[in-house]
Amino acid sequence: MPDTGASDAFVAFERVQKSYDGESLVVKDLNLSLPKGEFLTMLGPSGSGKTTCLMMLAGFETATHGEIKLDGVSINNIPPHKRGIGMVFQNYALFPHMTVAENLAFPLEVRKIGKSDREAKVKRALDMVEMGDFGGRRPGQLSGGQQQRIALARALVFEPELVLMDEPLGALDKQLREKMQFEITNLAHSLGITTVYVTHDQTEALTMSDRVAVFNDGRIQQLAPPDELYEAPQNSFVAQFIGENNTLEGTVQQIQGDRCTVQLANGEVIDAKPVNVTQPGERTRVSIRPERVEVNPELGDTAHTLKARVLEFVYMGDIFRTRLEVAGNRDFVIKTRNRADQERLTPGQEVAIGWLPEDCRALDAD
Amino acid sequence: MTDAKGDATEGSAGPMMAADGTPLKKSLARALRMQKMRALMLIAPLLLFVLVTFIAPIADMLFRSVENDIVSDTMPRTTAVLADWDGQGMPPETAFEAAYFDLYIAAERKLHTRLGTRLNYEQTGASSLFRKSGRGLDDIGEVYQDQFEDLDEGWDEAMPWAELMGDPEWLSEQAAWTKGARQPEFILRDGIADLLPRTAEQYEAFALYLQDEDNKSPLDEEPWSAVHTALYEDLAAGDLSGYSGPRADMLVAADALVDSPDFETVSFARGFEDIDEDWADPEIWRTIKLYSPEMTPGYFLNSVDMQLTPEGVEMRPDNQRIYMLLFKRTIFMSMVITCSCILLAYPVAYILANLPARKANLLMILVLLPFWTSLLVRTSAWKVMLQQQGVINDVLVWLGLVADDSRLAMINNQFGTIVAMTHILLPFMILPMYSVMSTIPHTYVRAAKSLGATDWTTFWRVYFPQSIPGIGAGSILVFILSIGYYITPEIVGGTTGTFISNRIAYHISSSLNWGLAAALGTILLAVVLILYWAYDRIVGIDNVKLG
Repeated sequence: MPDTGASDAFVAFERVQKSYDGESLVVKDLNLSLPKGEFLTMLGPSGSGKTTCLMMLAGFETATHGEIKLDGVSINNIPPHKRGIGMVFQNYALFPHMTVAENLAFPLEVRKIGKSDREAKVKRALDMVEMGDFGGRRPGQLSGGQQQRIALARALVFEPELVLMDEPLGALDKQLREKMQFEITNLAHSLGITTVYVTHDQTEALTMSDRVAVFNDGRIQQLAPPDELYEAPQNSFVAQFIGENNTLEGTVQQIQGDRCTVQLANGEVIDAKPVNVTQPGERTRVSIRPERVEVNPELGDTAHTLKARVLEFVYMGDIFRTRLEVAGNRDFVIKTRNRADQERLTPGQEVAIGWLPEDCRALDAD
Repeated sequence: MTDAKGDATEGSAGPMMAADGTPLKKSLARALRMQKMRALMLIAPLLLFVLVTFIAPIADMLFRSVENDIVSDTMPRTTAVLADWDGQGMPPETAFEAAYFDLYIAAERKLHTRLGTRLNYEQTGASSLFRKSGRGLDDIGEVYQDQFEDLDEGWDEAMPWAELMGDPEWLSEQAAWTKGARQPEFILRDGIADLLPRTAEQYEAFALYLQDEDNKSPLDEEPWSAVHTALYEDLAAGDLSGYSGPRADMLVAADALVDSPDFETVSFARGFEDIDEDWADPEIWRTIKLYSPEMTPGYFLNSVDMQLTPEGVEMRPDNQRIYMLLFKRTIFMSMVITCSCILLAYPVAYILANLPARKANLLMILVLLPFWTSLLVRTSAWKVMLQQQGVINDVLVWLGLVADDSRLAMINNQFGTIVAMTHILLPFMILPMYSVMSTIPHTYVRAAKSLGATDWTTFWRVYFPQSIPGIGAGSILVFILSIGYYITPEIVGGTTGTFISNRIAYHISSSLNWGLAAALGTILLAVVLILYWAYDRIVGIDNVKLG
């Protein structure tokens, strides 16, 4: 696990565990540190422990074991209102009985900041999210996207060094979500604030983050920059969870350096890159991205090819999505770019498919 | 304008048309009418029920607060005469004469005591005066009755009177009447009303009363002495010597008797004074005159410790003022009860709203438990707890905090009422508060804390403002319930802890002064409506949530 080391870590989880009922762990032995200014996304299916981690960081849940440090100081026993962490909630949590300006002034008021100073900061924060004219409105009079901006401005108005966001874009429609993703990352980077962002939307995680921590079953499955996460998943959960993915099950025949051969269930043999396998005879699950599969390939002698039968062809505009039956798997999908000379496969057609061995990763079988 | 109106209209001017050319508004109204009718039919049974059993009785009750036709109905002649009286000094003899005949009939119909009771609300002593007068009026008439009888025995018999006064046709029908059948209604003989106007009026009243109320035949009963009195007056006023109808001999002889100087007469004023000297005091006459109109503000004035006098409206004497005190006390105590309910209910509602569902349900049952116990049982339990030899005093004495001979008086006073009613009305405060608080998302609290607010600031600036609608709803409910509460103050209130409603109940069931009860009730209703209106203006009724 790549670790930036405790010395320059701004936020650090050290051996953190969390249990609600005393019987099962929701977060199992979490170690995570992020440097100042990083945009880190916690990604995972619901119940994977990502929100619990965020809440522990914010101070709303206490860690059952382990330590959470902020800027080198343990914050386990500091109540949430003294942590100075900005937070954006899933449903914005704008106070309905206050105007937008009052909402923004609230964190400044409780910090006993003078009136003129307060007004200036509120105005700056509103301008920052391009909502300068909405100070007198009530949250109920704003659209979802506008409320989102106000919530963001409120979390930033008292200039925290760390901002937490708990699925802040979940309630917005797709178009607005994409726009806000862009705005949030821009804002975070230009202000240089450290951001911990929780989402279950992998696209959001990939497009916004410096690094993504994929959570499952209370553990970080992989912590890596988006491209690495997509192209080099460390285990089959990450491979499955991030992006579209084809899997074939088989047994490792032999391993030679960064090459191995895998025998599939129907006896065919393919080349792969060993990632989670160590010795021949092990069960494995190989993973290939749909866009890395070549039809009727000219890959040279070293690579193996597989026979496939076309089941379905879907025209999607920029790409073609073809579903194949490969080695007994009827859900093998390939994507081809819509180029002028691209051949369109027809259902029932028999083809050969293949890929570069380094694109095919032999992962754990679970 | 969009193109949505389609091609039914050409150009943008004029009303929109439906496809068949009728105005769109009209065809929409027609389409909705059936739905409205159906909806109305659905609620019709409830509407009717509410109208008959709720609205109508209340309207009737409210009307009683100004209704006052008993005076003019019972004493029509007197009120007519007194209308011309200026109220200075004694009323004219004609007033006494009118009062004689009015009260005579009223006494026979047993209505004079009711009138006495009514006037007693305005002038103490009127009730006994009227009861006494009902018995004494015969003394006036007997003077004439005896003299006519001495002249001719026929004046004390039924038949001669009937023949003199009655229509011959009616006479024969009445003679044929047998008990159990319907009586032929008495008809005056032609011309007798011109000849003997007062006698005809009195005899007719007597005959009709006999037929309708007593179910006896006028052919069998000699008339009241009031008829004799009327006869004397008619004979004294006119000359009947030329009369030639039935019983001419009797009437002519009586006329001669009346005109003779030996005939003994008595003035009505004198007669009334003999019955009770209060009649010689103009006060009772003024009261009758004052309350002659069919509508009166008297009950309402009474309700606010004022009274109607010939000089106008004025405050009652200090020792008779009670209702303003009761109104003030009712409102004050209702406010205290509402405030203590808010203080006690808020933490409970907060805990209810923030506990896990299982525990909250258990607690909710505890809150609702009092609802399943009889109100009387709960109130009586407070009596056991609070009385001087009760549980709390016993414990305090046992602890040595209170000496045995100076036990605390906690019941039959305001304290007892406030404690018991706060307990009884508490659920009405908790439930609306709970329903509002349970809709406040927990993220608001977290958001406030993440923004740097302490627990107290979070509560006061973020949680509390959002719970105000629940407080408002609960307060309205508790205040309106308590302002009209009756049973609990009745049982534990003693004399200093009773409410205006106890007084209303007293007038409804004990003093039977329904008019005053209605006026007090109307004022109470008005107070509640005004407070409701004020609340709406200040807080806004939209902010009230009951669930």
